[in-house]
Amino acid sequence: MLVEILSRIQFAFSIGFHILFPTLNLGLAFFIVIMEATWLYTKKPIYLNICKFWVKLFALTFGMGVVSGIVLAYQIGTNFGPFIAQFGNVLGALFAYETLTAFFLEAGFLGIMLFGWKRVPPALHFSATLMVAIGTTISAFWIMSANSWMQTPAGYQLVNGHYLVDNWWDIVFNPSFIPRMLHMLLASYSTTCFVVAGVSSYFLLKGKHVQIGQKSLSFAMWAALLVIPTQLMVGDIVGTNVHKYQPLKTAAMEGVWETQKGAPFVVFAWPSQALQKNEYVISIPKVASLLNTHEWNGELVGLKSVPRVDQPMVVPVFFSFRVMVGIGLLMLGTALVALYFRKGKRLYSARYFQQWCLFMAPLGFIATISGWFTAEIGRQPWVVYNLLRTKDSVSAVGAEEVIISLVLLVLAYGIIFGFYLYYLFKTIRIGPHDLDGGEHEHHTFQYMTAKQGEK
Amino acid sequence: MLPFIFAGLLAFIIIMYVILDGFDLGIGILFPFTHSEHERDLMMNSIAPVWDGNETWLVFGGAMLYGAFPLVYGLLLPVLYMPIMLMLIALIFRGVSFEFRFKAETSKPVWNWSFAISSVCAAFFQGVILGAFVQGFTIDQTARVISDADWLTPFSLITGIAVIFGYALLGATWMVMKAEDRLQRSMVHLAKGFLILISVFLVFVSIWTPLHDPEIFNRWYSFPNMIFLTPLPIITTVMIYLVWKHLTGGNEIKPFLYSIVIFLCSYIGLGISVYPYLIPHEITIWDAAAPDSTLIFILVGVVIMLPVLLGYTLYAYRVFRGKTGHEGYH
Repeated sequence: MLVEILSRIQFAFSIGFHILFPTLNLGLAFFIVIMEATWLYTKKPIYLNICKFWVKLFALTFGMGVVSGIVLAYQIGTNFGPFIAQFGNVLGALFAYETLTAFFLEAGFLGIMLFGWKRVPPALHFSATLMVAIGTTISAFWIMSANSWMQTPAGYQLVNGHYLVDNWWDIVFNPSFIPRMLHMLLASYSTTCFVVAGVSSYFLLKGKHVQIGQKSLSFAMWAALLVIPTQLMVGDIVGTNVHKYQPLKTAAMEGVWETQKGAPFVVFAWPSQALQKNEYVISIPKVASLLNTHEWNGELVGLKSVPRVDQPMVVPVFFSFRVMVGIGLLMLGTALVALYFRKGKRLYSARYFQQWCLFMAPLGFIATISGWFTAEIGRQPWVVYNLLRTKDSVSAVGAEEVIISLVLLVLAYGIIFGFYLYYLFKTIRIGPHDLDGGEHEHHTFQYMTAKQGEK
Repeated sequence: MLPFIFAGLLAFIIIMYVILDGFDLGIGILFPFTHSEHERDLMMNSIAPVWDGNETWLVFGGAMLYGAFPLVYGLLLPVLYMPIMLMLIALIFRGVSFEFRFKAETSKPVWNWSFAISSVCAAFFQGVILGAFVQGFTIDQTARVISDADWLTPFSLITGIAVIFGYALLGATWMVMKAEDRLQRSMVHLAKGFLILISVFLVFVSIWTPLHDPEIFNRWYSFPNMIFLTPLPIITTVMIYLVWKHLTGGNEIKPFLYSIVIFLCSYIGLGISVYPYLIPHEITIWDAAAPDSTLIFILVGVVIMLPVLLGYTLYAYRVFRGKTGHEGYH
């Protein structure tokens, strides 16, 4: 029991920490691709400066993603051996494909993207950047496929107590995969929009790098206007998909205890697992059914339809879902306000709006983590939905070993995260090149290698 | 047949990792022997564009073990829990040291030390894992878990230290290739020192392992195996001699190449000793392999992607070939 809890905390902590960095970089990679393409097309140096500035932050973030990702590749085996023994035949191949098609692509071209500005021609450099961006996306493809399979297993057969592959297509493209992958990619793009907007607003508020700040803020807000409504639509598809395949997760998200038609949307409540009901409820009639089934009187399965041991923990699922949706709506509002200010030509002068953008900058990460909480805690008590319980998936390792490794990981991640933020803010403070070119190149490009050895 | 192919593939992935990350971990191990920030900049620059790709082989190894031999992945990793976790934590600090050091000004020494210590630790724990693996584990077949989880033994300590020296040799000969003038001279010097140390350890491990494991003893010292296997120690000895000779003679590239051959020979020797086990004496590659349906699916990906990824990895190395400079460095 103790080892189970500790292993789960450790894994949740490791993957929650890790996900922060790919979330930013998935989107940032494409932002850089777009900026570099614009530079190649227009030849305006401002786009190159934007590009080079964000590449520095990308590099810093990528390093964090790599080191925290390697841990995960082994932690599944160290802490969840029995899970591997049962499902390795099915899931292991997806990770092998992720490495083959994504990790090497990213790593192979990252060197050129970061250090190759003067070693390869611009078009080739652009291809390297594009490859890195594609690599990050392919990586998301496989990892979301594996995770979705754990939510909605398909394409397997059970032979003598072993799960074997029946059909790879059904495994990879399991029922929840495509909507969940799009949801994750869009979460990442939304996060990036608001990080770029936040940093640009900082430049504008400080009156530094004004032109770059204006260009980037404008771009980020146009992008948000496209990305956020799409995300809300995809989120709706994910929601109905969850309701179809994991009705109890929907019940936990909506705080529905009794199976009912026309379930109300609970705006606020304190769901009590002990009493098996909600307390302090504020609700809107019928809306939960409408959202999840697209019918006013659609039926929602209640949590009480299964014994308590089979129910997910309702409080974290219920609240993290609301945090995620709340942030999504704030993002939508911000993008609309930006459009309104743009019409009045006040986008670059409205200081309140820029300060608001600073506040919004980290919210995408919180929304993403909340979404993960909803998805993963909502799947409990199963590690593979309806096939393997989490408590049966834990390695027979000593509690003291897990405690030691957990403490070490928390310390290590705490230290490196502190320094990451320090260097991140330092890089932002120094900012990009300005157009006059009077400044020296900073940091990332200082350690460029010599041209020797070039033809 | 399929399990055999995958065992070969896994062996290939591991040796790729050992050689590639070996030389760049070696750079970290050599950091304490440097004389100036300028030298450390050069050393780090020489591996900055490639280290991430090198470390990807470690992820690939994990993923391949997970995909092709899930039984071993699920059994071996929990037993090696502590050394694996400690190695990973070392790799965390090592990985961030690159970017942090580049962005640091006054705090540079922190990341120099972080880089050096974590490189030494990562190498050490990899060696410990190797030693523990060679020594083997007892498996409770009914419960399907490994019981005797004694990974820290005198032997595994020694293999841990040996791997540090081995990586340092690779790192030093890499720098002989990449550096010039004073740094190059000091690397020649260091390479010779580590070459001596690693030779001593190779002799020790070659004697100790067969003496403590009758099965390995029989494999090496029985007729006709002996005839087929004697070239291996001979080639290794010749390579050690050649590395020394070319270091003295001022050849820049050969010491690195021949050091790699020393690694290859030791690795093949090890492979001969443990084959066909994935967990020595307990689980063979055939016991542990995933069903054909899984293996074929992975094999398709490997056959298509491996040449491609080797191609662009080679390209990336070519882009950064030649002596490492410090252009644009203020």
